[in-house]
Amino acid sequence: MNFLSLFVLIPLLMLLGLWLAKGVKAVRGVMVVGSSLLLVLATYLTIDFLAQRAGGNTAEMLYQASFTWFEPLNISYRVGVDGISVAMLLLSAVIVFTGTFVSWKLSPNLKDYFLWFTLLSMGVFGFFISIDMFMMFMFYEIALIPMYLLIGVWGTGQKEYSAMKLTLMLMGGSAFLMLGIFGIFYGAGGQTMNILDIANHTGGAHPIDFAGQCIWFPLTFVGFGVLGALFPFHTWSPDGHASAPTAVSMLHAGVLMKLGGYGCFRIAIFLLPEAANELNWIFLILTGISVVYGAMSACVQTDLKYINAYSSVSHCGLVLFGILMLTTTSTTGAVLQMLSHGLMTALFFALIGMIYGRTHTRDVRLMTGLMQIMPFLGVCFVIAGLANLGLPGLSGFVAEMSIFVGSFQNADTFHRVLTVMATCSIVVAAVYILRMVGKMLYGVCTDEHHLKLTDATWEERFAVICLIACIAGIGLFPSWISSMISDSVAPIIDAVKQAI
Amino acid sequence: MDYSQFLNMGQELSLLAVILILFVADLFMCTDRKSGKGVLNTPLPVILLTVHTLLGLAPLVCPCCVADATAFGGMYVSSNMAIVVKTILSIGTIIVFLTAHEWLKQPEMANKQGEYYTLTLFTLLGMYFMVSAGHFLMFFIGLELASVPMTALIAYSKRSQESAEAAAKYILTALFSSGLMLYGISLLYGTTGTLYFEQMAPQISATNLVQLAALVLFIGGIGFKISLVPFHLWTADAYQGAPTAVTSYLSVISKGAAAFVLFVVLYKVFAPIIDQANLLFFWIIIFSITLANIFAVRQKNIKRFMAFSAISQAGYLVLGVMGATPQGMTAIVYYLLVYMVANLGVFLIISITEQRSGKLLISDYNGFYRTNPKLSFLMTLALFSLAGIPPFAGFFSKFFMFMAAFKAGFVVLVLIALVNTVISLYYYLLIVKAMYINPSDEPIPTFKSDGYTKLGLVLCTLGVVLIGIISWFYSYIDQFSFGL
Repeated sequence: MNFLSLFVLIPLLMLLGLWLAKGVKAVRGVMVVGSSLLLVLATYLTIDFLAQRAGGNTAEMLYQASFTWFEPLNISYRVGVDGISVAMLLLSAVIVFTGTFVSWKLSPNLKDYFLWFTLLSMGVFGFFISIDMFMMFMFYEIALIPMYLLIGVWGTGQKEYSAMKLTLMLMGGSAFLMLGIFGIFYGAGGQTMNILDIANHTGGAHPIDFAGQCIWFPLTFVGFGVLGALFPFHTWSPDGHASAPTAVSMLHAGVLMKLGGYGCFRIAIFLLPEAANELNWIFLILTGISVVYGAMSACVQTDLKYINAYSSVSHCGLVLFGILMLTTTSTTGAVLQMLSHGLMTALFFALIGMIYGRTHTRDVRLMTGLMQIMPFLGVCFVIAGLANLGLPGLSGFVAEMSIFVGSFQNADTFHRVLTVMATCSIVVAAVYILRMVGKMLYGVCTDEHHLKLTDATWEERFAVICLIACIAGIGLFPSWISSMISDSVAPIIDAVKQAI
Repeated sequence: MDYSQFLNMGQELSLLAVILILFVADLFMCTDRKSGKGVLNTPLPVILLTVHTLLGLAPLVCPCCVADATAFGGMYVSSNMAIVVKTILSIGTIIVFLTAHEWLKQPEMANKQGEYYTLTLFTLLGMYFMVSAGHFLMFFIGLELASVPMTALIAYSKRSQESAEAAAKYILTALFSSGLMLYGISLLYGTTGTLYFEQMAPQISATNLVQLAALVLFIGGIGFKISLVPFHLWTADAYQGAPTAVTSYLSVISKGAAAFVLFVVLYKVFAPIIDQANLLFFWIIIFSITLANIFAVRQKNIKRFMAFSAISQAGYLVLGVMGATPQGMTAIVYYLLVYMVANLGVFLIISITEQRSGKLLISDYNGFYRTNPKLSFLMTLALFSLAGIPPFAGFFSKFFMFMAAFKAGFVVLVLIALVNTVISLYYYLLIVKAMYINPSDEPIPTFKSDGYTKLGLVLCTLGVVLIGIISWFYSYIDQFSFGL
C-alpha cells in the first residue's frame, strides 16, 4: 500500500464515518479528526519529500506506485508526486482543515453538507497525486460536481442560477478536456495513460506530431483554463463565489481553481511542448486580459465577495500567465502564486463570511467603522488585504515578484510589453483593496445594529490564525518552498524549451 | 435429427420452462377473493428468473459446456458475448419485476398479474432469439415475439385512456417498422439468394444500390426498436401512457437487445458496406442525442422526461457501433449494463412515488429531499450516473464509449456527443434541483417503501457505485468481444 493513496483513502473513510455518524457532534468529530489527519499527512509528506531530495533522490516523481486498473484500455491507478504536487497537497490540506472550522455552525443538514464537502476534497487530493491521465480526469470531475449541491442548497443570493452556471461551464470545459485526453492518448500510440511515459518518450521526435499537438493543446488548455478563470471563460467565477457558502468559496477559490493551473502545466504544456511554444501567445494575450480586466472589475464592485472573486480572476490569471511565459523563474512564481493565492483568498473569504454572518450585508457602502467593534476580524482583514496587494513579508510578494522577473527574462518585445501591462494590475489591486479596507473598517460606526456585534468565536479565530501563519510563513521564509518547486519545474521547462 | 443441439440453446429453454411454470402456477393459484390479494406475487417469478439467470451462466463458468455453438444448421448461433448480454437482460428483468410489485398489488391488478409475468418473459424470450440469430428469419421471429406482447403490456391498465392510446401508437409504428424491415430483408434475399448471415456477407458490395437500400430499410426498422431519431416519435407517448413498470422495461431491456443485435448484424452482414452504415449512423446519432436533449429540457412529466433521456442515451449506446470494432462492442455491452442499473434505479423511485402519492410531474418532486432524504439521495446517484459523473459507473461507460468511437476515427462525432453531455447534465440537474433546492408548500409526504423496492434499489445503487470502480466487469466483457 502506497502511502500517497492515504490521501484518497482518508476522505473515503471520512465519507463512511459521516454516513454512519449520528448527531452534529459526531459529524464535527469525524471532520476534525479526518482533516487533521490529512494535514499531518501532508506535513509529513513535505518533510519527507524534502529529506529525500536533500538525500540525493533526483527521480522526477517520488513515491510512485502503479496498479493496472482497466487492462484492455491501458488505464492504471498510478500515483506519484513532485515538488509542485507536494506544495498543492499541503495547500489543500490546510484549506480543508480550516474550512472545517469555518463551517462549524452551518445549518441545515450539516451532515449532508460535509458529505459533499468531503467528496470534493477527495477529488482535489486525488487529482494532485495522480500521474495517469484517466485518473486525473476522473478526480477532476469528482471535484466539480459537489459544487452544484453545495452552492445550490447551502448558498445565498442567486444560488440556483450561479450553481447551474458554474457546473455547466466547468463541465463544458471538461468536455473539451476529455477530447484532448483522447487525442494525446491515441496520438502517443494508445499504449499508456501515464503522463511521465508520454513525456519522456525515448529517442528523437515527440510521439504526437506537430499538427496533432496544435489541435490538442488548445483543447486541453481551454479545458483546464475554464477552471483557472481564463478570460473569456471566467464568468462562472464571480457568481459562483458570491453565492457559495463560506467554506465552499474558500475551497473553491483556494484549491479548486488551482486544479486549472496545475492541469494546464501538467498536461497541456508538459505533454504537448511544441504546440505550447508555438501557440502560447494566444493564451498569453487572454491571460493578460484576465489579469488586468479582473483587477479593473474588482474596483467597481460593491459586494465584498464580488470584489474578492474578481481579484481571484486577476490573480489566477497571473498563475496561467506565469506558466505560459515558459521560464523556470516565472513558472516557479506561478506555482508559488497558486499557493499564496490559495491561502490568502481562503482567508479573505473566511473573513468575509464571518463579517457577513454578523452584519448580514456584504455591501461595502453600508459598513463603516467595524474596526472598533470587531478588532480581531478587522486586523486580520487588513492583513489579508495587504497580502492580496503583494506587501513584502507576506506570501503574495514572493510569488508575484518571481512571475514578473521570470516573464521579463523573455527578451522579445511582445513578452516584455505584456509583462509591463500585467504589472499594472498590482497598482489597481492597491486601489480596490485600500478603498475597501478604508471604507469598511475605519471611520465611525453609525449603524445601531452594527454597534452590538461581537468579535470572532474560538473556532473562527483558530481557522484565521492558521491561515495567517501560513501566509506569513511563506512570505518570511520562501526559500525552502520555492527551491522545492523550482527543482521540479526546471527539468520540465528545459524539456519544453528543447522541443522547439 | 440430432436432438442434442437443443442443449446449445440452454438459456432459451430454461426461460421457456420458467414461463410455463408461471403459466401453470397462475392457473391453480387463483386470487384470494376475500382479501383481494393475488397469491402469485413477486417471489415466485423473481426466484425462478434468478435461478434461470444463474443457470444461463453455466457455459461461461464450467468448461464442460460448449459456449460457441450453433443449432438448426446455423439459424441459431450462441456465443459467449450473447450469453453475457442475455444475462444482463434477465438481471434487468428481475429488477423490473421488483419495480412492478407495488403496482400489481393493487386490487384491480391482482387477478391479472400472471399475465404480466408471462407476457414480459415472452418478450424477453423474443429478445434472446434476436440476440442469438444467425438467420434473418430467426431474427424476425424474435423481433416480432419481442414487439407484439409488448403492446398488450403497454395497454395493461385497462381503464386508462392514455394506456390504450400509447398501445395503439406503439403497435402501429411497430407494424410499420416491421414492414420496412421485411422489405429490406426481402431485398437482401433477392440479391443474395440466402437469409443466413454468414452466406450473405460475401455477396454484399457497396456498388449494389439495392443492397444499400436494404441497409437503410434495416436501420429504419431497428431504429424504431432502439427509438433513434427520426424513428422516435412513438417513444414519449408510449412511455407516458404505459404503466411505469412497463416503461422501465421498455426503456432499457428492449432497447439494449436491439442495440446489440444491430451491432451483430452490421458486423456479420453489412461489413462490406460498413462505411455507408457509418455515414448514416453519424447523422442518426447526432440528431438522436441533440434533439432528444433539447426536448428533454422542456418536459414537465417525469416519465416523458425519461423518454427523451432514453432517446439520447440510445444515441450514446449506438455510438459503439461506429466502425463495428471489438472495443465498440465491449463499450456497447458495458454501457448497456451501466445504463440499465441507473435507469431502472430511477424508475424504481418514480414507480414507488407514483404508487404512494400518485404524482408524476417534475414539479411534484419539489421539496422531495426534505420529506424523503434517502430516496432523493439514491435518485441523485442514479441521475449522476446517467449524466456521466464520476465516481459513478456512468462516467466510466461514457468515457469508454467515447474512447471507442475516437479510436474508430470519429473525432467530430465524439466532440458533438461531449457537448451534448453538458446539455444532458443540465436537465438531470433540473431534477436534482427540484428535489434539493426548490421550495414547496405541499411536498410529497414521507412514505415507506416496500421490501421489494428496497431490494431493487440496493441492487441498482450497488451497480451504480461498483460497476465502474471495479474494473473486473469491463475486462470480463472485453474478453468476449468481437468485431471488425
